Amino acid sequence: MELICPAGTPASLEAAVTAGADAVYCGFRDETNARNFPGLNFSREELRKGIAFAHRHGVKVLVAINTFARAGSFGLWQSAIDDAVAAGADALILADLATLDYAASRHPAQRLHVSVQAGAANPDAIRFYVESFGVRRVVLPRVLNVTEIAAIVPETGCETEVFVFGGLCVMEEGRCSLSSYATGQSPNMNGVCSPASHVAYAERGGRIVSTLGGFTINSFGKDEPAGYPTLCKGRFAVPTGSGYIFEEPVSLDAAVMLPALSKAGVTALKIEGRQRGRAYIAQVVRHFREILAAFEQGREVRPAGLAAMAEGQASTAGAYRRGWR
Amino acid sequence: MQLTLGPVLYHWSPERWRDFHYRIADEAPVDTVVVGEAVCSKRAPFKQDHVAGVVERLEAAGKRVLHASLILVSLPRERRQARELMQAPEALVEVNDLSCLASLAPKPFAVGPFVNVYNEMAAGFLARRGAQRICLPPELPLSAAATIAAALPQVAIEVFAFGKLPLAISARCYHARAHKLTKDNCRFVCEQDPDGMPVRTLDGAGFLSVNGVQTLSHGCASLLGDIPALRQAGLASLRLSPQGCDMVAVARLFREVADGRLDPEEGERRLGELYPDQPLVNGFLHAAPGHRHVGAGAGGGRGAGTSAGGG
Repeated sequence: MELICPAGTPASLEAAVTAGADAVYCGFRDETNARNFPGLNFSREELRKGIAFAHRHGVKVLVAINTFARAGSFGLWQSAIDDAVAAGADALILADLATLDYAASRHPAQRLHVSVQAGAANPDAIRFYVESFGVRRVVLPRVLNVTEIAAIVPETGCETEVFVFGGLCVMEEGRCSLSSYATGQSPNMNGVCSPASHVAYAERGGRIVSTLGGFTINSFGKDEPAGYPTLCKGRFAVPTGSGYIFEEPVSLDAAVMLPALSKAGVTALKIEGRQRGRAYIAQVVRHFREILAAFEQGREVRPAGLAAMAEGQASTAGAYRRGWR
Repeated sequence: MQLTLGPVLYHWSPERWRDFHYRIADEAPVDTVVVGEAVCSKRAPFKQDHVAGVVERLEAAGKRVLHASLILVSLPRERRQARELMQAPEALVEVNDLSCLASLAPKPFAVGPFVNVYNEMAAGFLARRGAQRICLPPELPLSAAATIAAALPQVAIEVFAFGKLPLAISARCYHARAHKLTKDNCRFVCEQDPDGMPVRTLDGAGFLSVNGVQTLSHGCASLLGDIPALRQAGLASLRLSPQGCDMVAVARLFREVADGRLDPEEGERRLGELYPDQPLVNGFLHAAPGHRHVGAGAGGGRGAGTSAGGG
């Protein structure tokens, strides 16, 4: 299985390449990619240099152009596609019918991957993308369990890539407007979720209260660390009680699922976190490289030691395990 | 301006679902009605016995009937249902997931608000495949809707004009989770909340609404005040999403405002009486946070109004 690693900056790209990535993924510094955070991402020149560096080390570069194009402004997405192809990207990661249609007809030789943001969650949807656009790989949404993934691979003849570490979406990716309901900024349109620009913390009655777009997302006592208010991982009140009604503030760590994912026929394992610094990237990539090496040599897979890196201290194998639903 | 009644998103009892549609057929001034279960495949068998009768009654009343596909298709049973729907020769399907297009017999179809159509290129791609109607995702601003409608005059472009906004879909059932159950063993607890389970912030502000695997807004969309702008932008149709209020009266209000027989502001006042305790929101259309209500003629007039509970 290939190890696909995030690169939010040229420094992270070099760190991921050096630490043992088979491929890195990155995006341009604009709203064409789903990690459109301040201070992140690549200029055209940085991408060209990054690709040259990666290729010298035998590592591929996948360019994510995975937001949905703004109506009447396709030029921005079109030039992102053209420039990524010209820079020598090994694959483009796309979500929008518009970008897929354009890339497939304008650059027929270019390898295309379906982004997780497309929400292709079953063999029929994947077949639609293969037949319509000749895509070679699909990044699966984090809503499927391993049994379902195993059923997808033989039926579609399309490579599959699954997230194994980092942030965890509990809603189907690409079909979630929770962030824009609260803040006006959405993953699909703006490449951001629960943006920091709309986050505030305040002290109320001896507790730290975190808000997003004015809505209280969580409240912490003195002994609790005040976590980031990602909307779907907040505490809310429903008639049966209050708590984490969607998901705890956990992040994904599916290292223990590696053997099952391999058996399911998965082609590539993806690490989330283009917003992370290079030290984090280097450590996580090295960790997964070691686990993969152990697995491939038939040694016991003993994933441990990354807990401190996980977003909310706690981690989960998410939807890959039965019972999560 | 056409009116479309969207599919009932909640888990209503089979009898309530049937009688609701019978009354719509007999009394509501809507052109199109979408039937079927879009949210959870476990609910579909309950209403199955009533679908044929409902469709017959609606068609006899001169309504165009669309059959909604499931939003999130993952189980073999769900794939089979979608395939059968697409291959039924007489049914006009509202596609809510692109997997439907893999098994599409060459026939026209409609596109529901759960397919990501954000621009005129994606809309054009679907139109070339046979899409005759497209209901845009609720988070789209008016500028995008206008651009899409202008580029595709042959396709009826629709916007989500009334009802709690569908914001997310998941494989996990939050109704079951709130009742300490799992989706596989859910006991259909979502039936207890025929208008969604309210989700409040810890300080008591209305925020969201849970409907099984779906998450909706707390605020209720109302584009009544935006109808003149929508008409000017070339939008062909308004979608009304069934809520636990008098939907016949809601449809009449929209009809009257769309026909210029009722002032939009007076219409919104009456809408507030029909569906009390629900903030009316239209932020998405104005490229603002979805929970906001932006006054008519925004940009000059009242501008961004009160927040719907966000504070």
